[in-house]
Amino acid sequence: MNSHSRISSVSAVARAPKVAIAMKPVEAAGSAQTSGLKAVLRQTKYVISENPITGFAFGLFILLAVAAIFGPWIVPYDPLASNTAQALKPPSWQFWFGTDQLGRDIFSRVVVATRLDMTIAVTSVALVFALGGISGIAAGYFGGWIDIVVSRLADMIMAFPLFVLAMGIVAALGNTVTNIVIATAIINYPLYARIARAEANVRREAGFVMAARLSGNSEWRILFTQILPNVMPIMVVQMSLTMGYAVLNAAGLSFIGLGVRPPTPEWGIMVADGAGYIVSGEWWIALFPGLALMLAVFCFNLLGDGLRDIVDPQRRT
Amino acid sequence: MSDAPLLEIKDVTVEFATRRGIVRAVEQINISLTKGETLGIVGESGSGKSVTSYAVMRILDRAGTIANGSVVFSGIDVREMSMIFQNPRAALNPIRKVGRQIEDVLKQHVLADTRDIKEKAVEMLRQVKIARPEERYHAYPFELSGGMCQRIVIALALACQPRLLIADEPTTGLDVTTQKSVMDLVVELTRARGMSTILITHDLGLAAAYCDRVVVMEKGKIVETAMSSEIFKSPSHPYTKRLMKATPKVGGTLRGLLPDGAELSPAASMPKMSIDKTEKPLLEVRNLVKEYPRQGATKTLGELLGKPAPAESIFRAVDGISFTVGKGESVGLVGESGCGKSTTSMMVMRLLDKTSGDIIFSGEDIGSIPASEFAVLPQRKRIQMVFQDPTDSLNPRFTAVRAIADPIMRLGGISGRDALRARCEELAKLVGLPVELLDRFPHQLSGGQKARVGIARAIALNPELVILDEPTAALDVSVQAVVLNLLQDLKDSLGMSYLFVSHDLNVVRLLCDRVIVMRTGKVVEEGTAEEVLGSLKAEYTRELLTAIPHPPL
Repeated sequence: MNSHSRISSVSAVARAPKVAIAMKPVEAAGSAQTSGLKAVLRQTKYVISENPITGFAFGLFILLAVAAIFGPWIVPYDPLASNTAQALKPPSWQFWFGTDQLGRDIFSRVVVATRLDMTIAVTSVALVFALGGISGIAAGYFGGWIDIVVSRLADMIMAFPLFVLAMGIVAALGNTVTNIVIATAIINYPLYARIARAEANVRREAGFVMAARLSGNSEWRILFTQILPNVMPIMVVQMSLTMGYAVLNAAGLSFIGLGVRPPTPEWGIMVADGAGYIVSGEWWIALFPGLALMLAVFCFNLLGDGLRDIVDPQRRT
Repeated sequence: MSDAPLLEIKDVTVEFATRRGIVRAVEQINISLTKGETLGIVGESGSGKSVTSYAVMRILDRAGTIANGSVVFSGIDVREMSMIFQNPRAALNPIRKVGRQIEDVLKQHVLADTRDIKEKAVEMLRQVKIARPEERYHAYPFELSGGMCQRIVIALALACQPRLLIADEPTTGLDVTTQKSVMDLVVELTRARGMSTILITHDLGLAAAYCDRVVVMEKGKIVETAMSSEIFKSPSHPYTKRLMKATPKVGGTLRGLLPDGAELSPAASMPKMSIDKTEKPLLEVRNLVKEYPRQGATKTLGELLGKPAPAESIFRAVDGISFTVGKGESVGLVGESGCGKSTTSMMVMRLLDKTSGDIIFSGEDIGSIPASEFAVLPQRKRIQMVFQDPTDSLNPRFTAVRAIADPIMRLGGISGRDALRARCEELAKLVGLPVELLDRFPHQLSGGQKARVGIARAIALNPELVILDEPTAALDVSVQAVVLNLLQDLKDSLGMSYLFVSHDLNVVRLLCDRVIVMRTGKVVEEGTAEEVLGSLKAEYTRELLTAIPHPPL
């Protein structure tokens, strides 16, 4: 019998939470035996087995981490040493990714560049988390003038085309890696501030917040011990997603000649270097750093999606 | 009833695929429903009553499947079944006028054309007894009260002229008087149309009062099916008996709610604290007022021009109430939603600042201390609170022991990990929470266990006054019975005073020495529990009491 057409239009709403409630005792009984680290490991294992792409992203992440930490010691050539006799060689067994116009080994340069690009991404994301996350939570929790200041600041930054704003900041502050980090953090600020504000705002009147007040916690203490741990999961997901964007942003700035300066190996500069040679057939100079860039962004985005599954209890059925 | 059944559920088993294997939510269910019959499905949370209705409506979650059995519905037309839900606001589109939403259903089912569609929608509103239907046609859901929204949802559900209406806890979030009018309306409308109704509820009294037949479910199985006139007289299954025993009723006692041979909490066997009742009252509230600016009032312009705000722009949530709570006494604050009882308790709790009046706590005017400063004062530990929703009041990221330890660490003056842990274990034992559950997170605990954690946290600092804000409203009746007994035992052994905020007169009657009935911010009636609930002097109190569903006896 054709059952779906029987349902009147009212019926489809609000059934998901009900079913979730009905399932709760089952969940409680099952997960009760484990706790702490073991439960996290089990959950991670479950998510990876449910969604192998997350496992793949995790593998990529480990690869990136190894390249970033041990890069300079594992590469076959000095990334800075030029050798004009070997200039513009296509990929071969000797030079896996070929060589550039100065005869530098592109494989070595791509691997060594990982550290710089990751450092920029990680520090800028950590910075924006500290600034945007904390001020956003404060705005959402306290409201009032803190909320007005934080929200309007975020609106102001959002009013600019973000990459142009980043260019402007680096151009104004000076051409250094530190300033790339600052610029990347600033353009991501609205995203963090708004998410943190929304997440804190829905919890300001929660029973556990009132209970904490009754327990004699000061407002700032409640903010850090009660609200922050609840906002953290979604922030971690956001951090992973912005990490990819931060890598892209740093490379983009270097590509147009801001920030990192040659001959420092950096993916953006290397793509910029190779761009001119594509027309004359030396495709490998731009392709491999570009590929590395793509993989890094890809990895962080997939990892963010996977993390969202791990921290989202709605998915724990 | 010789007719062929309208709906027949045969041997239905519903399974949910979860991470830890398959869970059977409903097992081998057999229900048949004849035309025009009203059937109640009663059970506590997790009994599978809602899942049964989802299986009938075919709206199971993607993880759920009907593993076995069949649902036969002898319908011919496509618009045969409708459903109404517990939270009427969630079932309505918040940004669409309610009249339009009814028109949408009519259009969907081609029951009206453009010429008469508005007329028909207004007519639907009139049928669900909404006053001034032409005006309310243009209202948005947020402009209407909960009871009104549920009427709109009923109008939506009936607009497509179904032959079966499934009502899933349709009145759970509503006040008793609203519940009565909504249920009367549902029964009247479905009778008039010769429709069949399935009422899903946790309230045995409600089901027996409005249904022809009652099905009692426990853990996914039907344990008893009986005519509602029979089930109260001679319940056959032990579970039904237990359920009936646990439902607070006139003339019952607290202990009478518990099943025979039930284990009491350790607090019950402790000696009672003797209290000198002649002492000055612990809490004295005098002419307490809380005012809020009315929403949408154009106050800014008036302020700019230096004019005083007009009187109607101010809303008095609490309108000059006075009462006392003596040492060791429990006082019930009763009223329907919006009567100001929660606002009052928040002010006494010093979480909210008063507009005027005095709150005197053991001789000291704590009302004049701003709520924002009160949290760190030593008086804080003397007034504590048990919250309405045990889930919402526990931080999902903290274990039970961390939640109980929080007030002790801030104000309790116990330091050192072992001493803290020992105190938490002592409290857990006192409230009957198994010590091994202390390291679990809230989502790993049941509703009753979470309630116990909340109570343990509230009594951790040995407070003198505990405010109980509908502490059992979110719990099943059998759990409520246990928690109410626990609260009574704790009060007796620790010598605390309770201010019990509730809408449930039957619960208040059991636990409280004195009762204060509130309505629109004012005290309607005050006196001992027997006086107020026995003699029914005030009309409003009588109205509240008669609205509680009375099963046919």
